[in-house]
Amino acid sequence: MEPFVEHHGRAVALRRDDVDTDQILPAEFCKRVVKSGYEDALFARWRAEDGFVLEQPQYADATVLLAGRDFGIGSSREHAVWALRDWGFRAVVATGFGDIFRRNALNNGLVPVDLPTPVVEELMALAESAEGLRVTVDLRAGLLRRPGGEHPFTVDERARARLLEGQDVIAATLLRNEDIEAYEARRPAWLPEIPRGAFDRTERSEVGA
Amino acid sequence: MGPARTLAEKLWERHVVAARPGEPDLLYIDLHLTHEATSPQAFDGLRLAGRAVRRPGLTLALEDHNVATTADAVLDPVSLVQLETLRRNCADQGIELYSVGHRRQGIVHVVGPELGLVQPGMTIVCGDSHTATHGAFGALAFGIGTSDVEHVLATQCLEISRPRTLAVEFTGQLPPEVGAKELILALIARIGANGAQGHLIEYRGEAVRGLSMEARMTLCNMSIEAGARAGIVAPDETTLEYLRGRPHAPTGADWDTAVADWSTLATDPGAVFDRTVVLDVDGLTPLVTWGTNPAQTVPLAATVPDPQTFADPLELAAAERALSYMGLRPGTPMRDLAIDVVFLGSCTNGRIEDLRSAAGVLRGRTVAAGTRLLVVPGSMQVRAEAEAEGLHEVFLDAGAEWRLPGCSMCLGMNTDRLEGVERCASTSNRNFEGRQGARARTHLVSPAVAAATAVAGRLAAPADLA
Ligand code: SF4
Repeated sequence: MEPFVEHHGRAVALRRDDVDTDQILPAEFCKRVVKSGYEDALFARWRAEDGFVLEQPQYADATVLLAGRDFGIGSSREHAVWALRDWGFRAVVATGFGDIFRRNALNNGLVPVDLPTPVVEELMALAESAEGLRVTVDLRAGLLRRPGGEHPFTVDERARARLLEGQDVIAATLLRNEDIEAYEARRPAWLPEIPRGAFDRTERSEVGA
Repeated sequence: MGPARTLAEKLWERHVVAARPGEPDLLYIDLHLTHEATSPQAFDGLRLAGRAVRRPGLTLALEDHNVATTADAVLDPVSLVQLETLRRNCADQGIELYSVGHRRQGIVHVVGPELGLVQPGMTIVCGDSHTATHGAFGALAFGIGTSDVEHVLATQCLEISRPRTLAVEFTGQLPPEVGAKELILALIARIGANGAQGHLIEYRGEAVRGLSMEARMTLCNMSIEAGARAGIVAPDETTLEYLRGRPHAPTGADWDTAVADWSTLATDPGAVFDRTVVLDVDGLTPLVTWGTNPAQTVPLAATVPDPQTFADPLELAAAERALSYMGLRPGTPMRDLAIDVVFLGSCTNGRIEDLRSAAGVLRGRTVAAGTRLLVVPGSMQVRAEAEAEGLHEVFLDAGAEWRLPGCSMCLGMNTDRLEGVERCASTSNRNFEGRQGARARTHLVSPAVAAATAVAGRLAAPADLA
């Protein structure tokens, strides 16, 4: 994965709390079997409404999304993170995140910046001002910097280390193969294993096809 | 004897592959469930990296999210590609798959337990947030994204940080007209839609011990709607009763060894949780959501709340937006809301007990004119069982549609979707904006309330029916 150390870019304020992943990417777009090209699906329903903030020209180059409380709750669909990345976002600033979303984001180099509500409110006001707001997400230092201030944030320490180096997480686990084999040798024998064709595949009920 | 431990800690510790100082725990995954919607990119990733599936026998695949629920439906080409991709991936990697038409096909979270694949003490993951369902067996079960699906396929492990623990104590006696759906909605209303963020919930108390396995699954299923990573119930006699004789349950001497092991899976007296929430269930009445997140819940007997009564300005704004989306006015009795469609199904309430509960209300009654009732069993097994009991006749006689299993209108990925601003009473788990259709209005309810609502044509409890 491409490393993430620091990112500087324009912020855009999405004034909504409890933005769930069904809003970020409606289910009908989960039919696709690819991992990119979801920018058309991002907030598809809200973008159909007049004046949606992401459609305003002054935010066309925004790469940092500011949102309210508890961003990314609900469905585990990683498509939501892919869509944010495909749109151009590199970080989301909010107060609280859905746990699965937070993990998915870190797995895709989209940094979840968890900050207290008063700070997010202040950032939103700046982003909505005539001058707009550009921020720096400094993952190495764990700081969100803005003109005239900075705000510390934390992400899972291990995920942070991996992102800074752009490490392949699966490769790292595969390096621990000896440990995994030793564990497998200790697993109780009764634990289920699913043989192929456990239930006759040709046995079909009278309905369906 | 070591220090007193919570059930969550015990489950965690028995799956740590190797503890290394300074490294997060690497957990072994006993069972991986997968489906067509969140797996294609994971299999692609494996292929691109030239990796194989480590333990094909520990993964079970099902077609559920995107399948049609009528026998004559023609799938759109994009959906077909998705199903065919799953079939090809499973064939290539030696993974067992129950496709549409197979007598074991159904929603992942309904089929896994049915087969006895979900047992106490296991770790279970699936690329689906409602994996929490399986915690009902005293298993550590959580939803993951597609990158993690790929990780599990390749390594059978996941590196994760330990969740905090939250004890939810349900005290008192559950009144007969309410059930697990009310328990979980009441909890979410209390702590908020992300109130259990970062936590693993253990559901405790007499009210939980009295629940059937189906009801415990309903309870654990919606842990994610409280923002929790997972929810668990300690195994007991009810759990053993359910498991005994299921296709993948241990047999003979293995059964005895397993039962002895499972009996250790309870929170020790004196063990400390990071947080505790106590909820008295004595006066609980049927509940229904009014807004666009599951915390926006009121008793069915109440009225649509007035946003001005919310002290928190953010909640006030959210309530105003929700009311406008839902097309509701403060002060309207919930029972006055006319319902266009009733959806009975999903991994929350699509099990045999849920169908029995609804059929019990519908027997000898008919669905109101102007209201549609869609009954979508959670699996082929549930469908067969229901038909053996004659429940399908009750539904059909009442004027309901009796469908084939799948996720269906829970998420509206197939053609089972609400039109325009149709209002729906749904036994599923999410009332998010646009979940059941672009502008659809969803009210979450229990199966009994769903059935009564179908008869009344407006939100109603069984007791409201003449
Ligand atoms: S029934 Fe609904 S919640 Fe359950 S797995 Fe299917 S889409 Fe997800």
